[in-house]
Amino acid sequence: MATAPTLTPGHEGTLVLNMGPQHPSTHGVLRLVLEIEGENVVRMMPDIGYLHTGIEKTAEAKFYQQVVVLTDRIDYLCPLTNNLCYVLAVEKLLGLEPPPRAQWMRVMLNELSRIASHLVWLGTHALDIGAMTVFLYCFREREDILRLFEMVSGQRMMTSYFRIGGLALEPPLGFFERVRRFADLFPSRVDEYEALLTGNRIWIERTRGVAHLSAEDAVALGVTGPSLRASGVDIDLRRDMPYSAYDRFQFKVPVSQEGDVYARYLVRVQELRESIGIVRQALDGMPEGPVKADAPKVVLPDREKMKTQMEALIYHFKIVTEGFAVPAGEVYQAIESPRGEMGYYVVSDGTAKPHRVHMRSPSYANLQALPRMCEGKLIADVVAAIGSIDIVLGEIDR
Amino acid sequence: MAIAPAITHLEQLRAEAPIAQLLAWRPDAVTGAKLDRSELTIELRAPTIREACLLLRDDASLRFNFLSDLTCVDWYPREPRFDVVYHLLSIPRRARVRLKVRLAEDDACVESVTSVWPSANFFEREVFDLFGVRFLGHPDLRRIMMPEDWQGHPLRKDYPVEGYR
Repeated sequence: MATAPTLTPGHEGTLVLNMGPQHPSTHGVLRLVLEIEGENVVRMMPDIGYLHTGIEKTAEAKFYQQVVVLTDRIDYLCPLTNNLCYVLAVEKLLGLEPPPRAQWMRVMLNELSRIASHLVWLGTHALDIGAMTVFLYCFREREDILRLFEMVSGQRMMTSYFRIGGLALEPPLGFFERVRRFADLFPSRVDEYEALLTGNRIWIERTRGVAHLSAEDAVALGVTGPSLRASGVDIDLRRDMPYSAYDRFQFKVPVSQEGDVYARYLVRVQELRESIGIVRQALDGMPEGPVKADAPKVVLPDREKMKTQMEALIYHFKIVTEGFAVPAGEVYQAIESPRGEMGYYVVSDGTAKPHRVHMRSPSYANLQALPRMCEGKLIADVVAAIGSIDIVLGEIDR
Repeated sequence: MAIAPAITHLEQLRAEAPIAQLLAWRPDAVTGAKLDRSELTIELRAPTIREACLLLRDDASLRFNFLSDLTCVDWYPREPRFDVVYHLLSIPRRARVRLKVRLAEDDACVESVTSVWPSANFFEREVFDLFGVRFLGHPDLRRIMMPEDWQGHPLRKDYPVEGYR
């Protein structure tokens, strides 16, 4: 963690201001060292490194299936996205394909996860800029989604619902009806958010033309996700490099050319509508069948089988106590998380524990673009800029 | 979904576009290649990495204009101990490639690619902080996660999981 920077030569009268690490608008534990001259930001230096979760180091000491639990803790706003990226990487190493029902469930839950994450972004971003009502509305709908996660996995946030080879359990009775009720309700709720913000003069004045980022800068600085698409770069890994069952779904990828805070807002709001469309398609076309692959040496057996089949009991015992060996090799699996390209680089040395698990987290790269957005601009716009890149510090620290 | 056998001979992979271009540019730069699980890995001599990245970024047929990720793997006690791993993405072609350079423990330094992709700035600082690999020409090579006076590099294999006590 760095100390204050030396002042920029040629800027007499500047002073160093620390924003954070616990400032409400830093959305976690981020310190921004700002060198300001009057109300203008001359220089900005993001300073990270307060959480020290040690997840990458811990993963090297755990069996492959135990790491799923760690992935929940990386991005606490969309744990299922991290579950998915990790299990896809290990499945690629194993050459294991989960059954279609598991794949469709993964898509559905990931889109619900994206909606829940975007709702936290929208609520807190609006709150940063001074709009209180949107925050309450967004958390109302997010609560509905967390109840769905609790119903399917037993947990509201740290779900750990995906397993290497499929899902933990078949969804409970009544789950799909509850999801459909939410899918029917949600578009009208997005209309409410838009009624409050999209044409709101104060919102427009605070966001349009603010914290501009060009397409060239966004690509050079490693920005991904809605922030990149809001700068006019049309790439979405769900459509362009599909994983799981995404190639079976129809959806639009919202893109804007403006590259400002307002554009990032519009892109994410449109994504809310597209995501609920994907959830609806998943409900309509959900295949029947098992939710776990037929791989007894990797996937835990059903409890019922363990009561009647000796082999099932043995496999269960061996998987839990010894893990399972994964063929040597390395994979980089990337998916489209709510914040951009989430990538897991997993290296196997042929044993039951990963040799290396590295997480390419979108917020980490996106954060690098913040000084480019803010330097030379007003300090009041820094708050809007931070919110617009939808930062989650859990995935920035290691 | 069975895993196809990996192709690990450079001669068999000469036709892959990134390898062909790199070999045409400097035949001695490429020390190995692998096509495994549909992912192409190219091993390069460490001193050539920045120029190789420039070539892969600017070549009209490749256009790897985006650095997705940069990290390191510690293979202690193997020598050379470290693999520095680069994951490149071509946004126009929707294609990926992995580059790798090997570094010895007593000479763990490699040229920075921040001049090719500014996004390498944080990634290289992370590798420096957690593995102790130095990047020559990096504009601001400081620890990024750990305090400045921290001893050791936590993601090295010989660094204990619970830290030194």
